[in-house]
Amino acid sequence: MPTYNVTINGETRSVDADSDTPLLWALRDQLELVGTKYGCGIGQCGTCTVHVDGVATRSCLLPISAMEDKKITTIEGLSKGGDHPVQKAWKEADVPQCGYCQSGQIMTASAFLESNPKPTEEEIRSVMSGNICRCSAYNRIHKAVTIASEKIG
Amino acid sequence: MATENTSNFSRRGFLKASSLASGGMLIGFNLFTACKPKAEMPIDISKLNFVDFNAFIKIAENGMVTIFSPNPEIGQGVKTSMPMLIAEELNVSWKNVIVEQGVLDTNNYTRQVAGGSQSIRFGWEPLRQTGATARQMLINAAASRWGVDASDCIAKDGVITNGKGETLGYGDVVTEAASLEIPENVTLKDSKDFTIIGSDAQNVDIDKIITGKPLYGIDYKEEGMVYASVLRPPAFGQVLESFDAAAAKEITGVIDVITIGEKARKLINSEKPGWSVKLSSSDKVVVIATSTWAAFKGKKAINAVWKMDTPLEDSESHDKKLFNLLDGNDFKTLRSDGNVEKAFAKADKILERTYESPFLPHNCMEPMNFFANINDDKVKLVGPIQTPEALATAVSILLDRDLEGISVEMTRMGGGFGRRLYGDFAMEVAEIADAIRKPVKMVSSREDDMTTGVYRPSTKYRIKASIKDGEVTGYHLKEACVNGNMYGLIPNFFPAGAIENYKVDVARFKSNITTGAWRAPYTNFLSYAEQSFLDELAEFTGKDPVQMRLDLLQKVKATKDEKREYSPERLEGVINLVVEKSGYRNIKEGVYQGFCSYYCHNTHVAEVADIVMENNQPVVKKVTVAVDCGIVVNPLGAINQIEGGVVDGVGHAMYGDFKFKDGRPDSNNYGSYRLIRMSEAPKVETFFVENDLSPTGLGEPTLPPAGAAVAIAINKATGNRIYKQPFIKNMTPKDIIG
Repeated sequence: MPTYNVTINGETRSVDADSDTPLLWALRDQLELVGTKYGCGIGQCGTCTVHVDGVATRSCLLPISAMEDKKITTIEGLSKGGDHPVQKAWKEADVPQCGYCQSGQIMTASAFLESNPKPTEEEIRSVMSGNICRCSAYNRIHKAVTIASEKIG
Repeated sequence: MATENTSNFSRRGFLKASSLASGGMLIGFNLFTACKPKAEMPIDISKLNFVDFNAFIKIAENGMVTIFSPNPEIGQGVKTSMPMLIAEELNVSWKNVIVEQGVLDTNNYTRQVAGGSQSIRFGWEPLRQTGATARQMLINAAASRWGVDASDCIAKDGVITNGKGETLGYGDVVTEAASLEIPENVTLKDSKDFTIIGSDAQNVDIDKIITGKPLYGIDYKEEGMVYASVLRPPAFGQVLESFDAAAAKEITGVIDVITIGEKARKLINSEKPGWSVKLSSSDKVVVIATSTWAAFKGKKAINAVWKMDTPLEDSESHDKKLFNLLDGNDFKTLRSDGNVEKAFAKADKILERTYESPFLPHNCMEPMNFFANINDDKVKLVGPIQTPEALATAVSILLDRDLEGISVEMTRMGGGFGRRLYGDFAMEVAEIADAIRKPVKMVSSREDDMTTGVYRPSTKYRIKASIKDGEVTGYHLKEACVNGNMYGLIPNFFPAGAIENYKVDVARFKSNITTGAWRAPYTNFLSYAEQSFLDELAEFTGKDPVQMRLDLLQKVKATKDEKREYSPERLEGVINLVVEKSGYRNIKEGVYQGFCSYYCHNTHVAEVADIVMENNQPVVKKVTVAVDCGIVVNPLGAINQIEGGVVDGVGHAMYGDFKFKDGRPDSNNYGSYRLIRMSEAPKVETFFVENDLSPTGLGEPTLPPAGAAVAIAINKATGNRIYKQPFIKNMTPKDIIG
């Protein structure tokens, strides 16, 4: 089995995995970073969202072999103490129900607000629509993204 | 070993107390039955004994309170709201409370379950009793130390104060309190004195959720753990004939390929199969690997041959069978008042309509998974399950093991929706772990999860009503479903009691497709059929839909129907509130509104959906919800549940479709199966009827009426009625082209 050296949350980590192993599963099974979740494996639900060089990307679609020269951030590395403005907004709005999709939602929102700190309502709804919330806490998520944009902007 | 202080249990055996070896007081109680007289309290927190106690309160010497929450958390908020009830009566500040999920050790009691929106309703009295009893013990201990009367002391925010103004913190007196006699008649607070109940409390797990801490079954890991992937029959009813694992074994990371199914089959064919009926009786091929990905790959590489003796099922044949049932005479009557046939014979007008629904998969965001580690001494089960004690029993029978040696640790669940009521997937893992004798975690891929589910059964309703002299004189509801649906109490919901001649008939046919409870079982589609019918009946009789509903409720109030499950006054309350808050009598140009009101899971709800037409397509802009759930324990959590139920209801009614061909589902992932997304979700505005009545649940009640409200609004916009779900596939061309 080949070994890949990847940069995750600022640290270089070594992964022994088949070349086609999605980054998602390398994170969860080999690297003990289970904050990034599995929901569909085909890039449709967004629970596996991480930042690759600052861009929100579905890690279920990224083979580990293509990740060696990238800077990867997972939910665990978004902030030191859970105090990223998006995380704080999530608390203020008391968003989660079951909570399973929330890492992916937060990672999508944080990358989005980085590039568009003052989004319109439509823009928020459009971008966040890539992330499914089965508990349908969508209005809370929307509220949290709005609060976060006020904190950032 | 626990040191049992025989004076240390209440005479009714409701709770027990002991001192902890490490300091502090531990109170164990049984939520729904009395503690057994011989039940022992542990002196060490690591030995929490859930045999007789299904919940615990620990008060540490520093005054921090830890509540071990009994009921499994699926996202419905009970891990937050149930402890609030204890904390309120205990008179501690909510910020000094830590909540931990309880473990199930064996199953000697009831209701450690997440389902039916009943947790708060059943826990309301006992949880408050427990908090109040603990409070009194602490007061008694302080009073004793001071040599004063307990009635001269007050407890507030974890501090006891006596008449002279001297104070003691709870932590200062816990040790003495633990050995005191347990007071019998403690007084519960008046609702006007609540400081925690009724105030907003954040999800107790929120910090862990937003920082990606391991919380879910799929996150669980143990030293030496292997991963398993299960190949189940691709079509319902098939059994395994043969398979070739050579290619699978070549894959790096694949350790072994085994089969399971013999033990499950024994159970399925036994006298008391229980849940095992949700399992296929076929052998299954299991790939054991060193990672989830390798297990998934290994499963894909298995060449299996499946066979079936009877024809494979498909949606066309299901529809034919359901229509035959509806058109036939072979029903079981669940309720019959008066004589509907006579009413129909004498009627001026008759309205009869048929409503159709598809199967629905649950699609919990966290797919089915479970962990097991089995050796000769212990059976350790860890994972997401809504019914832990039933799982322990099922596994003890499956593997012929003593119940005492079985432990079930409940992880937080990434959604339940009824799917995780059935531990079929956990039983598979138990059989695997028993065979390989290694710690093993099974994860279903989304495709596995969606295609080997326990679905909401496809159901058709035919409703017929008679009108005489402008009044509804007869109402006949017929249900035809796959496997089974409506049960005893549902026929006693509205409009039972409002119409003199009233009948509910059910019919079913048996299918190989596994079906079961899905969020708001039965009512999730029945509400749609009935509310749509009542709206059409209003139109048919030239009545305003709201007024017709209120008139029917007036009739109910005038009769005395003991079987009636709902309160007409409370339905009136939510109807009037929703009409007021939705602007129903004052709609804006271009906005179309659909009204409905519904009672289910003990809670009364009314909803008005606002739609507009954009590019000739209906867009649901907003839903106004009026709820009467009695005292709202945690408004912040409650509103989340209410909104979630509405959007979930709208989403599935609009988009959820699941057909079968050659015994297989036609969708297996989100590329082909559509779930509602943020851009389609309506805004939701919630209003509570304020009263002092005991709280009832919110996990399900707002879902059933939501789809109906939307369909009725679409009718107001287009003049057309929708008789089938999903709406997106069943609107007439006129609705779309306009």
